[in-house]
Amino acid sequence: MTTQTVNPPPESAASATAACHPRPLLAAATLCHRELVRFFRQRSRVVGALGQPILFWLLFGAGLGSSFRLPGSEGGGVSYREYFFPGTLVMILLFTAIFSTISIIEDRREGFLQSVLVAPIPRWSMVLGKVLGGSLIAMIQGLLFLTLVLVFTDDVHLDVWQLAAVVAFMFTIAVALTGLGFTIAWKMESTQGFHAIMSVFLLPMWLVSGAFFPVPSQPSGAVEWGLHWAMRANPLTYGVAGLRRLMYTETSAAPLPPQTPEMPICLIVTLAFAAIMFASSAAIARARTKGDLL
Amino acid sequence: MQGSSWSLRMKSITVKTDNWTYPLFSFAHLTAMSPAVDVSNLSHHYGDRQALKDLTLSIQRGEIFAFLGPNGGGKTTLFRLLSTLIPIQRGQVKILGLDVGSQTAAVRAEIGVVFQAPSLDKKLTVAENIRHQGHLYGLSGADLRRRETEMLERLGLADRARERTESLSGGLRRRVELAKGMLHQPRLLILDEPSTGLDPGARADLWDYLTQIRRQDKVTIVLTTHLLEEAERADRIAILHEGSLVALDTPDALRATIGGDAITIQTDDPEVLAAAIGQRFDCAAVVIDGAVRLEQPDGHQWIARLVEAFGEQINSITLGKPTLADVFIDRTGHRFRNSEILNTKS
Repeated sequence: MTTQTVNPPPESAASATAACHPRPLLAAATLCHRELVRFFRQRSRVVGALGQPILFWLLFGAGLGSSFRLPGSEGGGVSYREYFFPGTLVMILLFTAIFSTISIIEDRREGFLQSVLVAPIPRWSMVLGKVLGGSLIAMIQGLLFLTLVLVFTDDVHLDVWQLAAVVAFMFTIAVALTGLGFTIAWKMESTQGFHAIMSVFLLPMWLVSGAFFPVPSQPSGAVEWGLHWAMRANPLTYGVAGLRRLMYTETSAAPLPPQTPEMPICLIVTLAFAAIMFASSAAIARARTKGDLL
Repeated sequence: MQGSSWSLRMKSITVKTDNWTYPLFSFAHLTAMSPAVDVSNLSHHYGDRQALKDLTLSIQRGEIFAFLGPNGGGKTTLFRLLSTLIPIQRGQVKILGLDVGSQTAAVRAEIGVVFQAPSLDKKLTVAENIRHQGHLYGLSGADLRRRETEMLERLGLADRARERTESLSGGLRRRVELAKGMLHQPRLLILDEPSTGLDPGARADLWDYLTQIRRQDKVTIVLTTHLLEEAERADRIAILHEGSLVALDTPDALRATIGGDAITIQTDDPEVLAAAIGQRFDCAAVVIDGAVRLEQPDGHQWIARLVEAFGEQINSITLGKPTLADVFIDRTGHRFRNSEILNTKS
């Protein structure tokens, strides 16, 4: 009866005829591709994410153009449309990134996610696919806006190198914002909940990023001090500032607000923002809870 | 009580497999193959609610195995545990010899999962859904295209490949789900309520396909169902009730445990009649779903006896061979309607 203690060798039998060999990067690529296909099949998303920022840019540009004066610059120097341009770019990235991560809630509700969750892939590859997909969609929208502005207006001028740098920087911001969206959306049960977060957290985050108005340089009073530090603590401030600096790499007399952070700092903060947001998405998705279900 | 002692006996056989029950153990050893599914002392709870209680059973390779039970009986929880959708809290599950808790990724590569809720992307075409699934399982290139074509042809979807899945009927969608589940040629296919929402024709197609892959590809099939007719087609059935295993055997063997015929009497006051029958004949007559019911060998003789004794109170009396519904009632005290299990106590 010695055989009783000997376990049958099922593992060897199992691995010898393994049904498939999972490839995390292929899985990420396919999920990313799916995001893009879905995006283009839902036209209203294309219009919504691009239309609103363009309207904002034109309307605010027209409405505030006459009253806006950049602090520290003596008269004129920069139009509001020009000032508002990097902020609008970031707004497009924010809206598109956020809306594309909302789709994780839909994926969960519609059932698609369950088949991804039981697939033999690490969770980070699912997150990579989702974040990359969302970032690329955001980039497409952002580049569309950039092209429209460069071709049809006289507000912004970029040479090829500046353009390349702007695109790379935009992509980093897009990854950060998509990661942020994913982190928020993963545990959400409904898209309504996400809209609430959008209006009390994400939109204010954009408002105090220097996109809309510059950081108060010589704050007086509690409110201005609070704003000053909120803006300096906001990682998105460095994204907007980085894009603004990249617009003026050719000139020494760049029309920049006084509190604009230096380029290396913008780059470091934005890269760290993206890395941290991706890591937090991967970490939150890795924890298997009942939250994985409906 | 006959039922519960029987089910305890069944449990103990499987419990003993690991320790000393020789025939089952040596079978597994000689073929160098572990069972397709080996569940031991599995418990699961959601907050305070116990969904599975100390479940132990094993499913052999090549079986079609059905978990039958009402909603809330623990089937869905078991499905989620087997399909690795939720982590195991207590106990152990081995699939094809791999531990689900510690070798989750390896298990996932070996199993195909068909969910009850659709897992298709509605905005994508049939072919795109299949292709994405292939990529998730590490398939690509010519190999994936070959399998995709093969699956689509086998499931009669070849001419629908370019249609978006949102435009397909429920039956066709379920076929795409099956194609997704079988694409990577798993050795175990787990299906949650596969017939739900299917018309009889689509249901028959589904079963044709399941029996075909079992025969040709030697795939073990594990499914959950609340439909008796579906459970009837399985090789073995495990009846789950309130998170516990109350019966496990072949459909024939389960029916045989009822031992005799099932007599159902429609009457105006079933409680009174049941009591009267019990008193007069010294046998167990119970009220289930507003009818008096008793199980006896030689049912036809009982009919004569009952009509003679209580003729004026009987509206109708029927004699039937025991069905799985009777087995379920016998084990749990719950009733069936329209061949589905209801949750309410009778």
